[in-house]
Amino acid sequence: MSVDAATVKRIGRLARIRIEEDEVTGYQNELNAILGFVEQLSEVNVEGVAPMTSVTPMVLRRRDDVVTDGGYAEKIVANAPLSEDNFFMVPKVVE
Amino acid sequence: MTDLTRLSLADARKGLKDKSFTALELTDAYIGAIEAANPKLNAYVATTPEQARDMARASDEKLAQGQGGPLEGIPLGIKDLFGTKGVHTQAASHILDGFKPEYESSVTSNLWRDGAVMLGKLNMDEFAMGSSNETSYYGPVVSPFRAEGSNANLVPGGSSGGSAAAVAAWLCAGATATDTGGSIRQPAAFTGTVGIKPTYGRCSRWGVVAFASSLDQAGPIARTVEDAAILMTSMAGFDPKDSTSVDIAVPDFAAAVERGVKGLTIGVPREYRMDGMPAEIEKLWAEGLEWLKAEGATVKDISLPHTKYALPAYYIVAPAEASSNLARYDGVKYGLRVAGKDITDMYELTRAAGFGREVKRRIMIGTYVLSAGYFDAYYVKAQKVRTLIKKDFEDAFHAGVDAILTPATPSAAFGIGDEALAADPVAMYLNDIFTVTVNMAGLPGIAVPAGKDGQGLPLGLQLIGKPFDEETLFAAARVIEKSAGGDFAPRQWW
Repeated sequence: MSVDAATVKRIGRLARIRIEEDEVTGYQNELNAILGFVEQLSEVNVEGVAPMTSVTPMVLRRRDDVVTDGGYAEKIVANAPLSEDNFFMVPKVVE
Repeated sequence: MTDLTRLSLADARKGLKDKSFTALELTDAYIGAIEAANPKLNAYVATTPEQARDMARASDEKLAQGQGGPLEGIPLGIKDLFGTKGVHTQAASHILDGFKPEYESSVTSNLWRDGAVMLGKLNMDEFAMGSSNETSYYGPVVSPFRAEGSNANLVPGGSSGGSAAAVAAWLCAGATATDTGGSIRQPAAFTGTVGIKPTYGRCSRWGVVAFASSLDQAGPIARTVEDAAILMTSMAGFDPKDSTSVDIAVPDFAAAVERGVKGLTIGVPREYRMDGMPAEIEKLWAEGLEWLKAEGATVKDISLPHTKYALPAYYIVAPAEASSNLARYDGVKYGLRVAGKDITDMYELTRAAGFGREVKRRIMIGTYVLSAGYFDAYYVKAQKVRTLIKKDFEDAFHAGVDAILTPATPSAAFGIGDEALAADPVAMYLNDIFTVTVNMAGLPGIAVPAGKDGQGLPLGLQLIGKPFDEETLFAAARVIEKSAGGDFAPRQWW
């Protein structure tokens, strides 16, 4: 499988990365080189093989459903490029 | 007085305990070395000399009273991927511009608990994506090694290139590092240092900037096997804040270092004998096996049939996880923001400006393989192949193999700005061909210096172990270290 210019632009939009017109061909070539490389996986017979979901045989731990953390909004927004009254500020989303 | 920075971590620890010197003297020696070397090597992206001196003074008070932890007063460098409270933590990326976390990663907390001193944050490939430390926003790290008769700058490997270079160039007594596909072992091999990626789950990932969560593990880079074992003992441990952290006891790894290899069976996987492998690496591998045999190990040929599929499967799984993990960098919560005409525009411009080319390429690949219609063909297929890769190792261990010996890298260090590698992303990825299988299977792997190539550059061997059997790796690596008997220190030019 290989990607065309339109697909490169679509992936860019999905990934929320602006791809400028003059960058499309470069990305297209690089992505196709990588996709060409991973293509060799088609040689592997995986019939009846379960996909790996955990690299170590483990059951995810559970804990009591109680609040154990929080109450420091000012720390959460401390690194924000723009904040006000402990809220993150963004451009207007709804009219 | 001898140069304190040249001491091994173990010897520095003895000297501090015997009061031959103070933690402040040791720390000042490293701070001086960093100030002199960093303009040339670019190993540190941020230094914290005042914090280091404060920590050293506190250590000296404890040491004076005969107290202190196992790393009391030992100055360390920390990879920029680890969250350090109030201190530069940017994964060497522009998108985390100015980020100073309000928290401390569990691994670094463990080190400070045990008395270590922080010298600063170490350069790395951006978001740990790279094998040469050239993708850093802060510029490449220059290896302290140069080929004989040449003054060309070489890469220290990556992604933990700052860690490896700083350890090799005596700019810290040891360093933290992380390994997703080889990022501890490959730079260790390129710089004549020892690096271990422990079993997945051994070290907490909490507070470490995520790249590919099912593959990422923290580990140390150090100048000797014993030093690596000492650091590993402090870094490891169960952490309820990481749901994949494994709740088992941490042994005293240093106690296993001199255990020897008598009676062990060492596997030699035939699939690691690649076409076009340099003769000197072939020779090094054979020598390593002879050294282990001479100390009482048995060598056994084994087959790991899915080896060649590990790297292509990795380049689906790792970018897929990265595209998801790196979705959080959106110009809202932290770091860089580039203004746009609306919020989507802001996201797209921020991410276009904040991420470097290699990171964007991997996010794009990850987004593509996870997108509707391609998920089964790529991601699910790769995870099935991963099951087979892990089974290859399990079969070998069930057949009585205790550890596996392989080369660490397909070559010695290459030059900064290598044009052939820059032109072909896949050529750079091949650096991880011997290390990536270990991450895919969640196993521990150690790289230990074993010889030099024709130009005097260090070459490493890799030992792969059973899950949670890092002790055998330290013991076998020590045999190689002793048998190689070489001096793997760089000749100082900086």
